[in-house]
Amino acid sequence: MAVLDAKIPEGPLKDKWSNHKAKIGVVSPANKKKLDVIIVGTGLAGGSAAASLAELGYNVTTFCYQDSPRRAHSIAAQGGINAAKNYTNDNDSVYRLFYETIKGGDYRAREANVYRLAEVSGSIIDQCVAQGVPFARDYGGLLANRSFGGALVSRTFYARGQTGQQLLLGAYSAMNRQIAKGKIKSYTRHEVLDVVIVDGKARGVIARDLVTGKIERFGAHAVVLATGGYGNVFFLSTNAMGCNGSAAWQAYKRGAMFGNPCFVQIHPTCIPVHGDQQSKLTLMSESLRNDGRVWVPKKKEDAEALQKGTKTANDIPDEDRDFYLERRYPAFGNLVPRDVASRAAKERCDAGYGVNNTGKAVFLDFKYAIKEFGHKVIEERYGNLFQMYQKITDVDPYNYPMMIYPAIHYTMGGLWVDYNLMTTVPGLYAIGECNFSDHGANRLGASALMQGLADGYFILPYTIGDYLSKEIQTPKIDTTTKEFEEAEKHVTDRLKALYDIKGTKSPDHFHKALGIIMWDNIGMGRTKESLETAIKEIAALKKEFYKDLRVVGDFTAMNNELEKAARVADFFELAELMAHDALDRNESCGGHCRLESVTEEGEAKRDDENYKYVSVWEYKGDDVAPELHKEELVYENIKVQQRSYK
Amino acid sequence: MADKILKEITLKVWRQKDAKSKGKFETYKIHNISQGSSFLEMLDILNEQLVSEGKEPVAFDHDCREGICGTCSLFVDGRAHGPDDDVTTCQLHMRRFDEGATITIEPWRCGGFPVIKDLIVNRGAYEQILQAGGYVSVNTGGIPDGNAIPIPKPAADEAMDAAACIGCGACAATCKNSSAMLFVAAKVSQLALLPQGKVEAARRAKAMVAKMDELGFGACTNTGACEMECPKSISIEHIARLNREFIKAKLKD
Repeated sequence: MAVLDAKIPEGPLKDKWSNHKAKIGVVSPANKKKLDVIIVGTGLAGGSAAASLAELGYNVTTFCYQDSPRRAHSIAAQGGINAAKNYTNDNDSVYRLFYETIKGGDYRAREANVYRLAEVSGSIIDQCVAQGVPFARDYGGLLANRSFGGALVSRTFYARGQTGQQLLLGAYSAMNRQIAKGKIKSYTRHEVLDVVIVDGKARGVIARDLVTGKIERFGAHAVVLATGGYGNVFFLSTNAMGCNGSAAWQAYKRGAMFGNPCFVQIHPTCIPVHGDQQSKLTLMSESLRNDGRVWVPKKKEDAEALQKGTKTANDIPDEDRDFYLERRYPAFGNLVPRDVASRAAKERCDAGYGVNNTGKAVFLDFKYAIKEFGHKVIEERYGNLFQMYQKITDVDPYNYPMMIYPAIHYTMGGLWVDYNLMTTVPGLYAIGECNFSDHGANRLGASALMQGLADGYFILPYTIGDYLSKEIQTPKIDTTTKEFEEAEKHVTDRLKALYDIKGTKSPDHFHKALGIIMWDNIGMGRTKESLETAIKEIAALKKEFYKDLRVVGDFTAMNNELEKAARVADFFELAELMAHDALDRNESCGGHCRLESVTEEGEAKRDDENYKYVSVWEYKGDDVAPELHKEELVYENIKVQQRSYK
Repeated sequence: MADKILKEITLKVWRQKDAKSKGKFETYKIHNISQGSSFLEMLDILNEQLVSEGKEPVAFDHDCREGICGTCSLFVDGRAHGPDDDVTTCQLHMRRFDEGATITIEPWRCGGFPVIKDLIVNRGAYEQILQAGGYVSVNTGGIPDGNAIPIPKPAADEAMDAAACIGCGACAATCKNSSAMLFVAAKVSQLALLPQGKVEAARRAKAMVAKMDELGFGACTNTGACEMECPKSISIEHIARLNREFIKAKLKD
């Protein structure tokens, strides 16, 4: 197809990346220092890319909306990071990690990208150890591993329940070293609101200083978006409050196409919603499923008693407990992938077996593990998670099973990128969760950290060099040109329009209402009918938003309400695209479950004949339907089959 | 079990238009707060109420709301992160407060962290201290295998205890001398415990302490208040290690 060229290198799978690296352009040290790169977002992908590019000699400018790069939401990842080291001698290999990732993604990811990810995974661990990341170790002093869902081997490296934090602090420390050297200029409390395109190439961004409210221009030879996912379109999710899709969405409107927007991960083990004052959901690490057993009562009357509060979990004897994951999936048991575990929890709760007052929770029980290994071992493994759970729920998980329920967690969809991680706009890259590339329709646990760092440390620094090797004659980007002026005006006008509505309802009011539409209609089970309802309801709410929004405070000053209003405005448009994408894909795969397409046993049923493609959407104008392009997925090294974890 | 509802509580909140303006306390009453709500969810409700009255909401820092990003930074009833031990403000829940309570909310009070607006402070000083040396000087790539250097488990565990610091600033905000020693010690100690960090331990300790002094943070007089208020329970034993590292480095000069 003319529009989409994934630029997958020729040759056998295992040689593609080496061959590609041998062929692509390289910039000399003398020229690197003349080239500027902008990186938006400083999580694992953005932070690692910023440090690595600055070390190479490029002039890097980073942006984050937080007050420090260290606070990006990668920090909240708990359980671990995968790498095909085979330290445990359990027959892991690059191929096995590749295979399990493709299968886990329900055969909707690109073979070449995923293989490369598995290939560089080992180097990530080495890099982090060298930075002083305090990974868990055994008594012999070597690195420890644990198991995660969807894998038959133990390949997950971890730092207690704070792996994301430690990896991010590693990347952040590498950034700090370059900031001190003057090779990175870090703009904190800055939000990027547009990408500037000059002669068809990304040449800069427009950012708002969140402290002063000033709108500023920044130029560079290339722009990298590392802005994370858009899970907050659901309002309630495990994302941080500030996580948003705005920079990626504006890039889409400037010509970067969007891949698989409807692929959203719903994480099975989150703390259930407590009521309508809830602002966000808290994840309990997947690692807990190593030792916790998931169950609901076998008898409906027990479930009803639990819901009414007349019985407790401890009143229900073992023989009356339905360990439904172990029952349905004997091979993987409690460690089935996230989409499978989430759907199974929903199925039991919908059937009336939920265990809390809302009927929307299942038990995750550590009684058995504590009996087998002792209190101390369990505390060592999960102490901080147990503490977090107790603080939020006021229940001690050492004595009473945790109650959990699925929640929005991660977006597999994102900006479409080619093998070089470049979007359809030349010079505009997307890395980490921001792109669509490696996880197909479902991401395996401990693979987000792996992908973010693979992109930032070991892939982008090579591929961006190829692009920049053709830019060495381009002088510093002039930000006084008409393109920058137009983009700045566009941002100012857009914000002003929201500010001037002067209605009666806050941005949060609309955000919550949007979240309910999304969860009810584009959540864990989707139908043609629910999606059509969503499209209608989103449009109606959006209309009300532009009529009745109220943004208080000053325009040119710190104004959290204005920040939120702009993000919610973008979420409306993203929500519409997600609904259209979900409607187009009349099959179930991974996290995308169309209830019209399930097996007799209730498992997701793919339709490879009709949907073995990446849905790539092109913006055509505000009131015009987006155009769908298809990137056909070709599997040469893996036999595509119905996924089974039984 | 449904949570109890607090019918009315009174909030005394520090309001300050910007860094240059003088601030003062404002009093607000809010109603029908579920005890299952978090403290920040209670502030969300206050802000919704203020917006509906056409008033500017209270600006406060927050992001992950699960106790790890280190963004939230409130003095609640005179204690950093509120009355509970070992939690951040976002992990504080309303079940900790009684019907009819009056709650005082202030920003960090520390010379090194000037107020930007209302309850938001500028913690850029902590960034600068880390930039002075809080890293291992290795580039990406060309690294030996992760298992090439065994690290005794106790050392790795202790390094992890120190590395748990979230950079929230509660230590310096609590210290009567506005000392940032616990923050600096956490990083120096983490890296001094690991073979990867030992190589430049002396330079690191000197550079980070010098930057801390330059930025106007006070000296440590071992009151231990920082350890009490640290949401990650980081021990002042790390300050002892920082002092040892610092003296060792100075003796070599």
